[in-house]
Amino acid sequence: MLSLIVFLPLAAALALVLAPRLGDTAARWSWVAVAGVDLALVVAVWWQYETPAEEQLAFEQRAEWIPGVNSSYHIGVDGLSLPLIAMTAVIFLACAVYALRDTNRPRLQSALFLFLQSVSMGLFVSADLILFFVFFDLSIVAMYFVIAGWGHGDAARSALKFFLYTFLGSLALLVGFIGLYIAADPHTFDMVELSEQTPLAGSSLAGGLVLAAILIGLAVKTPTVPFHTWLPPAHTDAPAVGSAVLAGVLLKMGTYGFVRIAMPMLPDAWRAWAWVVIVVGIVSVIYGALVALAQTDLKRMIAYTSVNHMGYIALAVGAAGLVAGDTAEARSIAVTGAVTQMVSHGLITGALFLLAGVLHDRANSYDMDAYGGLAAPAPRFAALFALGAFASLGLPGFSGFIAEFQIFTGSIAAAPATAIAVVGILITAALFLRSLQRIFTGHTRGKSTGFGDLHPAELWSVGSLLLLSVLIGVFPRPLLDVIEPASEVLIDLVGR
Amino acid sequence: MGAMEMRPLLLLPEIILFLGGLIVLIGGSFLAPDRQWVTRVVAAMALLAAATVAAVSFAGPAEMAMEGTFTVDVTTGVARIVAALGTIIVLALASDEIDGSPRESETYALMLFATTGTLIVAGADDLLVVAVGFLLASIPLYGLIGIARTPQAAEAAMKTYLMGALFGILLLSGVTILYGVTATTSYPDLTDRLADAPARAVGAGVVAVLAGLMFKAGGVPGHFWVPDAAQGAGGAVAAYLTTIPKIGAVIAAYRLVAILPETFAWPLLVGLLALASMTLGNLAAYWQSDPRRLLGWSTVSQVGYLLVPVAVAGRSDLALPSLLLYLTGYTITNMSAFAVTTSLPECRNLNAYRGMGRGRPALGVSLAVSLLGLIGTPPTIIFVGKVTIAAAAWEAGDAWLAIAVFLNTLLSLFYYLRWIAPVYRFGSASEDTDAAERVTWPAKPVSASTAATTAVLTVLLGVGSGVIWQLVT
Repeated sequence: MLSLIVFLPLAAALALVLAPRLGDTAARWSWVAVAGVDLALVVAVWWQYETPAEEQLAFEQRAEWIPGVNSSYHIGVDGLSLPLIAMTAVIFLACAVYALRDTNRPRLQSALFLFLQSVSMGLFVSADLILFFVFFDLSIVAMYFVIAGWGHGDAARSALKFFLYTFLGSLALLVGFIGLYIAADPHTFDMVELSEQTPLAGSSLAGGLVLAAILIGLAVKTPTVPFHTWLPPAHTDAPAVGSAVLAGVLLKMGTYGFVRIAMPMLPDAWRAWAWVVIVVGIVSVIYGALVALAQTDLKRMIAYTSVNHMGYIALAVGAAGLVAGDTAEARSIAVTGAVTQMVSHGLITGALFLLAGVLHDRANSYDMDAYGGLAAPAPRFAALFALGAFASLGLPGFSGFIAEFQIFTGSIAAAPATAIAVVGILITAALFLRSLQRIFTGHTRGKSTGFGDLHPAELWSVGSLLLLSVLIGVFPRPLLDVIEPASEVLIDLVGR
Repeated sequence: MGAMEMRPLLLLPEIILFLGGLIVLIGGSFLAPDRQWVTRVVAAMALLAAATVAAVSFAGPAEMAMEGTFTVDVTTGVARIVAALGTIIVLALASDEIDGSPRESETYALMLFATTGTLIVAGADDLLVVAVGFLLASIPLYGLIGIARTPQAAEAAMKTYLMGALFGILLLSGVTILYGVTATTSYPDLTDRLADAPARAVGAGVVAVLAGLMFKAGGVPGHFWVPDAAQGAGGAVAAYLTTIPKIGAVIAAYRLVAILPETFAWPLLVGLLALASMTLGNLAAYWQSDPRRLLGWSTVSQVGYLLVPVAVAGRSDLALPSLLLYLTGYTITNMSAFAVTTSLPECRNLNAYRGMGRGRPALGVSLAVSLLGLIGTPPTIIFVGKVTIAAAAWEAGDAWLAIAVFLNTLLSLFYYLRWIAPVYRFGSASEDTDAAERVTWPAKPVSASTAATTAVLTVLLGVGSGVIWQLVT
């Protein structure tokens, strides 16, 4: 079942590449259809999902791959990965619908995004480090071609910077993986076995170095300060659907790595370095928010709020490493909040980037000062953007609130000093309100004149992402019921 | 004693190749210029036959031939199959490039001789056999490079010849020194006697022999001829000489260091050679504008990676399998990249590839896959090779070599991307008209389909690397 979810989009991508005579409309709709089927499969998996026993995965599949180095095709899901798989399927479907209006080489674009979907799904179900790395790296390659091939502005340069920077991160990650492999006895790349073994538990120096390599790799991808500089240009020059996938799905690969690899496999080192992660998280939160506040380019602003939002996750997973007698429950809440934030940020920021794409499509500019009074000619656009902005700043009733509330509850209980990061929420609130004011209120002027409102494809794609965010905000239980058992297991593992 | 007999049948693949070369050479002089393709078919059949014989005898136990001077084991088997199939790919590229040209059959004959020499170096279990194989593999190379008859080719051939003479002498003097201190050239005897021999003399001898092998492999310090030859020679020849000779040289280096005693720090020596090759090759490739010269420097860096498992020979179970896996992957991937250059022989500048991804989508993807493959992007075969050589180095306690591999991979990213980027840069070239996108892309058909086939193969082999791993262990 999981293999089908992973490889169905890949098969469809190959079929699209090998069918050069396929019409543009057919190509676009087949992308929508395949993304829809994949989502349906994910829903079916969610329906049948039962929390697996500790140290086990649901829907597990394992086949020999490279037996010489004990690497296998091993996949499965648990409460940490299932929500992300569902989120990935939703975002790719939304992008497929949004892209129905694109005219720039739709067949190849559809193929590339289907490939990217396979890669993303594969990463989140991987239970083998080499398999994980294969998908991790391929996501970079695919995104490079998305930005370079369909971007605008200085796309080639941004794509190159993105590629070089994130490839650097992936190589650091690979060094860390090999370190884990060598330290394990018997040598293995299997994630489940490595979590059981916790290699390097005895040696703080080697454990610290391997963790450092893995943390750098994940921090570049996430990204956290100071490794975030590739993100703004990549987002600014990427096409709207590319930005949505980059922010919604690819950034989660970094944060997912924290909870899937770094914490359970190197618990000693994680505890020792938890404060570093917390500080990096707090700095990302505040720095990301402040820089976002200073932006005039809407897409750059949203990009920097991503740095801010990823900072909350780093903060939460760092706090989860501050093992002390009676805080296990609080730390578990922080981890649950972190995973919820991954899902929530994916939905909300995906929606915001798609909306930013509408600006570029109509008026070819992201400059907030070029617009004004846009609410009059484009009321639906204004309404959805306002919804997205409020969701992003963490207003109750949206998924962002559930996530950030849990993150702060858990983190502050474990380490009261983390309360500083609340400032970040204030600043994001200010910057979103200010941008709403700049773009939508006042007299209709500048590029707002003659601005066409949302088309059905845009409305449906963005609307459904925001609707899901509201649903999670109002009825969080179904999601939390899946995540919470996994967070408790993770807290146990880190506490070993 | 079985090991001390001749048993020439064990050398059947090498014999087939050499006889094939003779037939091509003699037969070619009796054929009209428009019938020279027959020699290509003969050469391909000889190579195919050699590969088949090697594959059939692959599973058998390790055996000695030629009075214990030549080993036929899994390693030799891999070298035979990879070198023979690699040369067949070169023949495919040549069919576009030199079909009907003067000296076509001579080119094929020289290639068959050089491949024979490479295989003798690969299987040699005796220093003198290494020296013989070295000469048999090197002398045809000089001819192959110069056969294009252009000023650059002449210069490259001259340079290669002078370097080859120098390093050949070094190799022979190294053999002499080692013989002088041990009174033997056979590896089994050397294993026993080297430990008692004076360490400095052994060190000097080994350094000299390794230097000779590095000339063949195209690694530091014997690398100077590689970029010139890759640029000056014809495309098919360039693909040949940056790939096939390495197979024999690197395996010979592995066999040599595997018998060395611990009286001198050969792992450090080979490790430093590896580091120097990869770093120098990568840095020198940075601003190259000719794609073949860029690939030439890239192969210098690839030799560096190939030397990593050599440096940890005997200290990690992963060393030999990872070396063979990497060699296989490198051969196919490098051929794929060269096939793209021979399919577009007019594009001798990276900017000339501007927009190729639109004009020739399949060729563009092939180039992207092969270059990303050379970087070691998963799931291509070189990725598995890189991971396993790094794991081997780390397991042997040389974590610094593993880190060096990845830092160098990072270094190499930039220049490979410099080539991929223009392929996917479309639209109007506003800056200058010279680099304007071309409308038509007259690609040579055989090279283009070879590029596509080998590119697909790099991915398939990477995904199926578990099977290859079991074959080479």
